[in-house]
Amino acid sequence: MSETNLMNEIKVIVFQLKDEEYGVEVHQVKSIERMQHITRVPRTTDFVKGVINLRGVVTPIIELRNRFGIEQIETTDSTRIIIVAVGNMEVGLIVDAANDVVDIPTDLVEPPPQVVGGIEADYLRGVAKMEKRLLILLNLDKVLNPKELKEMKTFEVV
Amino acid sequence: MEKNQYLDMFIDESKEHLQAMNDNLLKLENDPGNVAIVNEIFRSAHTLKGMAATMGYEDLASLTHIMENVLDGIRNHKITVTTEILDVVFESVDDLEAMVFSIASGGDGKRDVTKVVALLEKIEKGEHLSGLLNVQEIASTQEVTYAAFGSTTEKYDDFEVTVLSQATEQGFNANQVKISLREDCILKAARVFMVFEVLEQIGEIIKSTPPVDALEEENFDYEFIVTLITKESSDDVRNRILKVSEVENVDVKNIDLEAHKHALNSDNNQSSEHDSNILHESSKNESDGTDSNKQEVKVNNPTSKTIRVNIERLDILMNLFEELVIDRGRLEQIARDLKSSELTETVEHMSRISGDLQNIILNMRMVPVEQVFNRFPKMVRGLAKDLKKKVNLEIIGAETELDRTVIDEIGDPLVHLLRNSIDHGVETPEKRFNDGKSDEGNITLKAYHSGNHVFIEVSDDGAGINRDKVLKKAISSGVVSKENEKNLTDKQVYELLFASGLSTADEITDVSGRGVGLDVVKNKIESLGGNVTVDSILGEGTTFSIQLPLTLSIISVMLVEVQSEKYAIPLSSIIETAIVKDEDILAAHNQKVIDFRGSVVPLINLTDFFDVPKTRQQDAYHSIVIVRKGARMAGLVVDSFIGQQEIVLKSLGNYLTNVFAISGATILGDGQVALIVDCNALIK
Repeated sequence: MSETNLMNEIKVIVFQLKDEEYGVEVHQVKSIERMQHITRVPRTTDFVKGVINLRGVVTPIIELRNRFGIEQIETTDSTRIIIVAVGNMEVGLIVDAANDVVDIPTDLVEPPPQVVGGIEADYLRGVAKMEKRLLILLNLDKVLNPKELKEMKTFEVV
Repeated sequence: MEKNQYLDMFIDESKEHLQAMNDNLLKLENDPGNVAIVNEIFRSAHTLKGMAATMGYEDLASLTHIMENVLDGIRNHKITVTTEILDVVFESVDDLEAMVFSIASGGDGKRDVTKVVALLEKIEKGEHLSGLLNVQEIASTQEVTYAAFGSTTEKYDDFEVTVLSQATEQGFNANQVKISLREDCILKAARVFMVFEVLEQIGEIIKSTPPVDALEEENFDYEFIVTLITKESSDDVRNRILKVSEVENVDVKNIDLEAHKHALNSDNNQSSEHDSNILHESSKNESDGTDSNKQEVKVNNPTSKTIRVNIERLDILMNLFEELVIDRGRLEQIARDLKSSELTETVEHMSRISGDLQNIILNMRMVPVEQVFNRFPKMVRGLAKDLKKKVNLEIIGAETELDRTVIDEIGDPLVHLLRNSIDHGVETPEKRFNDGKSDEGNITLKAYHSGNHVFIEVSDDGAGINRDKVLKKAISSGVVSKENEKNLTDKQVYELLFASGLSTADEITDVSGRGVGLDVVKNKIESLGGNVTVDSILGEGTTFSIQLPLTLSIISVMLVEVQSEKYAIPLSSIIETAIVKDEDILAAHNQKVIDFRGSVVPLINLTDFFDVPKTRQQDAYHSIVIVRKGARMAGLVVDSFIGQQEIVLKSLGNYLTNVFAISGATILGDGQVALIVDCNALIK
């Protein structure tokens, strides 16, 4: 990681959600898994899809489309679960496809515009414009904020 | 990150050293003359100081340093071990512990220790204070010096008092002579020799502090005390000694034998008895000291070939291994289907090996219960002192092994039970004496394996539980109705002690009797999947017995199906299962209930409660699991029972914390996750 810093580049895993490309920094990604059986956890927020058995560790899975308010689709062959680690949490994110790793020069990263594809700017770290591609960099701390999870839960109970 | 790694290591090792210090201090208390033990403590303190300094915890390092000075004094016979000194050292170890715990919980390890530092410094200076001061100041500080040094060291045992009193009867003067050498004295041992030479010309030396061999080795600062019987006057003695060059000051005091006799006789007082014990012990030790010293060193330095492994790594290993077991299951299935004998044989061999491997991994998580027990001797000592009771703690089976997760939880309940035994169980020495018992109470802490369980017993030979008193209290606080009183067996009455809010202490002490008591213990033990019982004989003692599962990571559950989802219900919550017909279900104010053996039990339909997608037709028969929380019951309506199974407990991770009515998860043989139902949350 220190090397990439030296070179003023960040390495990100690129994944697809609807028709947009998102990126999460590679050091936050533990692995990319194929879709598998997910055990539903009752009485949780609706974007919590459930838990899976990830090599012996019970790992919660978030439906990212749902989290960002994008309409749901059926699982396809290209659907993947990206396992990310933030702080002491490990969570899986369901995405439409994941197939690329790119280096982004940090000077190409711009602050997020007010509204991008309907997602609240809070969840975004920035946008990187690379030739023809537009990469949306996620702020995972925000996406996985457990406080928000609780607030939403209590909201549901009421 | 790296600093954190060091920090963990630092905390672990500091705790070990503190524990070693505690253990050895307790040993030292019983064997005050044993220099080997002091050396052991000194070593621990020294290592701790070094580590603390390296890590930049200055407060920790400096307190250890001051404590080290005192230990050094003891080691070099400048300071004689007494209960008072040990108390102060114990107190400073407590402070060190508090600092380390503060660091462990992310703090800076700072703490106000001025009081204990002052005490330590007083002990340390007890000796060379006066050597630095001029004659006049000595006179005024004499009281203090004697309080810290003289009075505690110059106590005489029976034998010495007899010798001294016989001497005075024959017209001799019994004098305590304190000789201070000049600070720039070069050959201290030579001066000591000359002083002794002079004294032996005029009388007989009964005793010297420090002992003669220490004086010869120059193991003292600048002053020493000699007990002398002589016919010469004090002035004469003083002048003769002052003739020896490099002697700064001589103080001759007539010994008040009556006071010493008094101190010896009136030793219902614990500390003075202790002191005489110490003198006794140390004199005994001088004769056979070398032997026991050697043994002590051997015991204290076991060269263990172990490594420290983070529990998390073991968890990871365990997880990976479970994956292997699941794959093994699949392989077995494939081998059966293919009917290939070669493959079947290989898979069977693999099964055996993985079975052995599983045992080894499970065993790696086991730690001796000693880890928890070893902090109790010190606690019991302190508590007994506070309550002015005499208590002897015996620990049996400290090598018994328990899963690490259980070990971490069991400490607090045990502390509670021990406190209870000391406070309520063991009587005061006077009462014990009057009842014809030895004035020292015995508390036994015993651990042993039995089947798939570990038992831990706390028993005392104290007053026992007064049935009538408990009943009276229970009735007055409404736990038991007056009519029920007669029907209760003794055992049932004792169990009442665990009811919340019931304390049988007549008066509230610092230690217990505040109403929060054994109910907390019971809850804790039950949350660990164990149970606690009590048995007692009035006047002979009480025994609390805790039964615990060997490990918390594996529990027995009943697997059930709710529509097409699988859930696990812990067996410890289940009373029984039943199948009831539609017409057996009654309605009571919007709540479905059944009549279960005469009591009305509310039903919870898990399909509705967990919003399970409906995939099945409603049946006229319902499978019901009757679960309990304490005395309350509920019936969980499920679709079918799969069966009883041992499962490995897993958490839902740090993201999904506190999911309502789900206490965890497990991985089934097919690799899927099943959730564990938290029955306690379901029953309000």
